[in-house]
Amino acid sequence: MHAPMELVCPAGSLPALRAAVDNGADCVYLGLRDNTNARNFAGLNLDPTAAQEGVRYAHRRGVKVLLAINTFPQPGAWQRWTSAVDTAVQLEFDAIIIADAGLMRYAARKYPELRLHLSVQGSATNYEAINFYRTRFNVQRAVLPRVLSVSQVEQVIRNTEAEIEVFGFGSLCVMVEGRCALSAFATGHSPNTTGACSPAAAVRWQEKPDGLESRLNGILIDKYREGERAAYPTLCKGRFKVAGETYYAIEEPASLNALTLLPELVRIGVRAVKIEGRQRSPAYVATVTRIWRQALDACARRGEAFSPAPAWMAALRGVSEGQQDTLGAYYRPWK
Amino acid sequence: MKLALGPLLYYWPRQEVLLFYDAVALSPVDVVYLGEVVCSRRHELRLPDWQALARMLADAGKEVVLSTQALIESESDLKTLRRIVGNGEFLVEANDMGAVHLLAGSTPFVAGTHLNVYNAETLALLIELGARRWVPPVEMPQAMLQALLREAPRPPECEVFAYGRMPLAFSARCFTARRYNLQKDSCAFRCLDHREGLLLKTREGQPFLALNGTQTQSAAVCNLLAHLPELGQSGVGIMRISPQARHTLDVVALFREGIDNASRLDDAARRIQALVPDVACDGFWRGRPGMEAGASS
Repeated sequence: MHAPMELVCPAGSLPALRAAVDNGADCVYLGLRDNTNARNFAGLNLDPTAAQEGVRYAHRRGVKVLLAINTFPQPGAWQRWTSAVDTAVQLEFDAIIIADAGLMRYAARKYPELRLHLSVQGSATNYEAINFYRTRFNVQRAVLPRVLSVSQVEQVIRNTEAEIEVFGFGSLCVMVEGRCALSAFATGHSPNTTGACSPAAAVRWQEKPDGLESRLNGILIDKYREGERAAYPTLCKGRFKVAGETYYAIEEPASLNALTLLPELVRIGVRAVKIEGRQRSPAYVATVTRIWRQALDACARRGEAFSPAPAWMAALRGVSEGQQDTLGAYYRPWK
Repeated sequence: MKLALGPLLYYWPRQEVLLFYDAVALSPVDVVYLGEVVCSRRHELRLPDWQALARMLADAGKEVVLSTQALIESESDLKTLRRIVGNGEFLVEANDMGAVHLLAGSTPFVAGTHLNVYNAETLALLIELGARRWVPPVEMPQAMLQALLREAPRPPECEVFAYGRMPLAFSARCFTARRYNLQKDSCAFRCLDHREGLLLKTREGQPFLALNGTQTQSAAVCNLLAHLPELGQSGVGIMRISPQARHTLDVVALFREGIDNASRLDDAARRIQALVPDVACDGFWRGRPGMEAGASS
């Protein structure tokens, strides 16, 4: 039997952290208030004082806390990233979620006891890549990009000693994380360097006679007729024209929901399941964490006979992007 | 300054590919990258075919590098990767950390543009492991590149993506198949019909991206010819031209002219504008949104 699967939940603020802890997270992850993390949005994330309070709150309740340092350090600012690593150690975080190989070397040399989790931003989609980080920096866990089918995830697990964490729920990156320059191309804000994709500062909503337009740095991402539900203009989730047809050319606004796959993920040996959404509200975190906690416990009791309660699925759909969900790349035909 | 021809990112019929590289053999490029970087389903040329082309180009005096696939998902992708790594004949461009893992310490390699290298520490690590050339991410601005190379203890040869539609993202999903309501596993190889990808426009007709199977490119063509002097001053030793469906070797000739003769650079930069298929851009290099174009591009 495998060790139980951990539930890893997002915290963009202290209230969100408490919501995750109180509703059954095994781990919460958060970022500091700068571009050392990939959700570098105004008003989000925790300063070291709040982070310390968060760590105490979680630890008193037996919950682990992970610090996301998952952007890439840049020339002239190397120390901002190393001091984020130092902060993680000083504040007694249980692990850091890290993407940059050079920074991993710093962490592994200076703090050999510090647990390293390879961030999804590290773009390791195969076991040879994961084993690179495992062999050189003793990475304990790798978070897989949302590109693999379930059988490909299983193949990875069979060929590495690193624990494997996968995404279970939340906004879906259609592109391999860490290797997407679309936002940088359109807005100048890069997930890899500034820690932001399609940032709100670049968004303009305009009411026009023929509908509501959403623009990102001037680029028309979508247009809505009366009665159509408008979505946040993440640039890969707009409607565009390709060879005469207008459609969601890259992806619909939808969230990943892998709840139905839970028994399979347990069977193949996935060690942790991640909930996306540091940019979402404490209420979102509470709802999603509670449902996934119930599901994980039910799955542990019932094994392969597990099936998610319709009420859970409905509640999750209610907090999904565009109120739609998908199995994403876990399900081959999605590709 | 040397001139490189990047790997062919599109899927062209076999005969066209062979004819293209026959012409490349006679062109004034110094380095040629070969191999399938985008999609493992593409098989008009298989690895032995690429190796045969590599030998032909090497005989013609080119330095040849075999490029590895950027997004490696399956065991069969890994099998191909291992064969490229162990080819024993040509330098390898690693486009994934799995490739670096297999090459590290034993075989010198090119650290490809799809590895995330944004700082001198990570670059130094790759150099220790055997990287002897580095191609930065397309989004890296001049200021960052210059600072990084200054901080690097032993800066390697640096090659910058200087012409072509830029590779911006990869996905497990095939967007070309999606356009035709096909699944990737039964895509009918529609990429063969789109020699420079499928143009994606906004609903008001602005060219924005190009769909090239699982890869998403810029619709605008990156053109850094006019920036040649700054590239040299920043420590760049090679400019990469990415094969396009049209005028690639004319573009090569104009880059060569600008490189060999500084007094003709302005003229070459003016003439190249007639060869750019849609719009040009140079925003990334100037530290701006990538799609922007400065006066000189």
